[in-house]
Amino acid sequence: MGNIGSYEEKYRNFDWKISEQELEYGKDGMYNLAHYCCDRICEKGNGEKLALLWEGFKGEEKEFTYHDLSVYSNVFAKHLQDIGLKPGDRICLFMERIPELFISFLGTLKMGGIVQPLFSAFGEDALFTRLEDAGTKAIFTTRKHVRKIRRIRDKLPALAKVIIVDAGDKPLEKDEIAFSMEAAPKPKNFEVYKASPETPSVLHYTSGTTGKPKGAQHVHASIIAQYITTKWALDVKPDDIYWCTADPGWVTGTSYGIIGPWSNGTTQVILDSGFSSAKWYQFIEKHKVTVWYTAPTAIRLLMKDGTEVVRKFDLSCLRHLISVGEPLNAEAVIWSKEAFGKPFYDSYWQTETGAIVITNYPGMEVKPGSMGKAFPGIKAIVVDQETFEPITTPGTVGLIALKPSWPSMFRTYWNNKKMYDSKFKKGWYICGDRSSIDDNGYFWFVGRDDDVINTGGHLVGPFEIESALLEHEAIAESAAVGKPDPVNMEVVKAFIALKAGFEPNADLELSIMNFIRKKLSPLAMPQEIEFVKSLPKTRSGKIMRRLLRAKEWGEEIGDTSTLEDD
Amino acid sequence: MSEETKNLIIDYVKKEYLEEEDEQEVDENTPLISSGIVDSFSMVSLKMFLEKKFSVKIPDEKATTEAFDSVNNIMDLLKEFNVR
Repeated sequence: MGNIGSYEEKYRNFDWKISEQELEYGKDGMYNLAHYCCDRICEKGNGEKLALLWEGFKGEEKEFTYHDLSVYSNVFAKHLQDIGLKPGDRICLFMERIPELFISFLGTLKMGGIVQPLFSAFGEDALFTRLEDAGTKAIFTTRKHVRKIRRIRDKLPALAKVIIVDAGDKPLEKDEIAFSMEAAPKPKNFEVYKASPETPSVLHYTSGTTGKPKGAQHVHASIIAQYITTKWALDVKPDDIYWCTADPGWVTGTSYGIIGPWSNGTTQVILDSGFSSAKWYQFIEKHKVTVWYTAPTAIRLLMKDGTEVVRKFDLSCLRHLISVGEPLNAEAVIWSKEAFGKPFYDSYWQTETGAIVITNYPGMEVKPGSMGKAFPGIKAIVVDQETFEPITTPGTVGLIALKPSWPSMFRTYWNNKKMYDSKFKKGWYICGDRSSIDDNGYFWFVGRDDDVINTGGHLVGPFEIESALLEHEAIAESAAVGKPDPVNMEVVKAFIALKAGFEPNADLELSIMNFIRKKLSPLAMPQEIEFVKSLPKTRSGKIMRRLLRAKEWGEEIGDTSTLEDD
Repeated sequence: MSEETKNLIIDYVKKEYLEEEDEQEVDENTPLISSGIVDSFSMVSLKMFLEKKFSVKIPDEKATTEAFDSVNNIMDLLKEFNVR
């Protein structure tokens, strides 16, 4: 029996207070979510329980109990105070998946800071855009990544401190601080910042069709949803060994790679390395992982390597498998049954929702290819794309819409209330994804409703790529669209018109790919480039991405009456 | 397979996938994909470099994370296309 018990019964009688009561949220006026991820677990007598087992690429291991989390997060919090940072300051985490990344997240919140986690593979342009928008005051980083910060530092007047957690005795530049979590003095006590449930906690940047990436701002009360969804949807139990493969630079890596498991008092394991089927299976076997939360792209890469490699390892420890980031295709569900003896359960949510909103539950029939049903407390429907009126006919495709509000819902986009307001229509939050609902209430994902590219489970904005492409000396104009990909669902394809004097060739193509990879990120790098003489535009001069995208997907082109040269 | 070919690939990996002054050592046995030096997305640019440099076409089914996981593995793959 899964933690949720009967889904129907829980959905009928749900109240978020169930989660608040289990967490004792607000006891003694404490609402700071970091307290519930470590100090409270210690107060319950589980301080010596293993909270984090970290393994590096070379096999080196580090272990941290809940007591350690409590102490070291205080170390981070105190350090931030000591160097002059204040509650409400945005503090960026820009590190590989080392223990300091996870623990500084809690430390920043304990001090009252707003955590801004960023994916460490971001290039300097992607980093600059997000740090500038947030007016980030300080950044935790490592020697490996500090050079990217140094190159943009002069353009970021708000960035007062750069804290290098593994600086050792390497030379530092102005306003850089060498800080070692383990060597720093351990404060006997630290007074955790008295956040209210609505105090801003985490700022996760996400991409849209137009404009720069937007910072989805969450609040401390998000833990109410993250705790109970971890327990009921991911089915995490006290004795589980839990592995979330997501990087905390993305929302899955914080909601379910930090807050969810630790507020449940679970032991989680982290592997800081690149992808390798054998290494992943070896990791599961060695640490006896029981609950595994990963992404369809990773599952499809595992599928590509076949079941033969699976058979070399004893993976009987696995109890529950869940997937997130993009639709989980039916073939992957069926393959996982063959490979692991159990299916992957799909889950659906977004940076903006902060927690799982639609998923499949233990004990409920899994329909391969379906996202499942709405989480208790979440009213989810599909609405007409034009009128935003609810669709009541099963099987009809519309936009996924959620009734505000739930505890982990974003409260605004940083510096962009107008964009935030535009996400709500007729009293519903519009997710921007198309889906249908069948007779039994299961959601079936169809696709995005905009030009945002979902690659490997991450959203990439075409505008950001096109802007960066224009900085290349050879490019006159460009359009970036998603094209179908068997592993990543979509990959970036760029259509490029060159300036006079430049000719298309393989050298130039490779130069453009590497240019974007370094400026933005590997995710944003076009995996294919098509050189064209000109791009289709409306009569007002706007590039018609949808025509290019439709061509890639073999879809109907639709209305071209506004096309410039039709 | 020549020492020159090996060094050419190693130099390219260092230049394109590591930051300047990165202390990471790269030799023919250094894991590339499984270590995270080259991620699965960036593999496409590495594949294109190899195809361009050695005038070969590597089919997608041969371009696995395992086949690209070290310079030695890449050289084994290139041997299939008679690259010396």
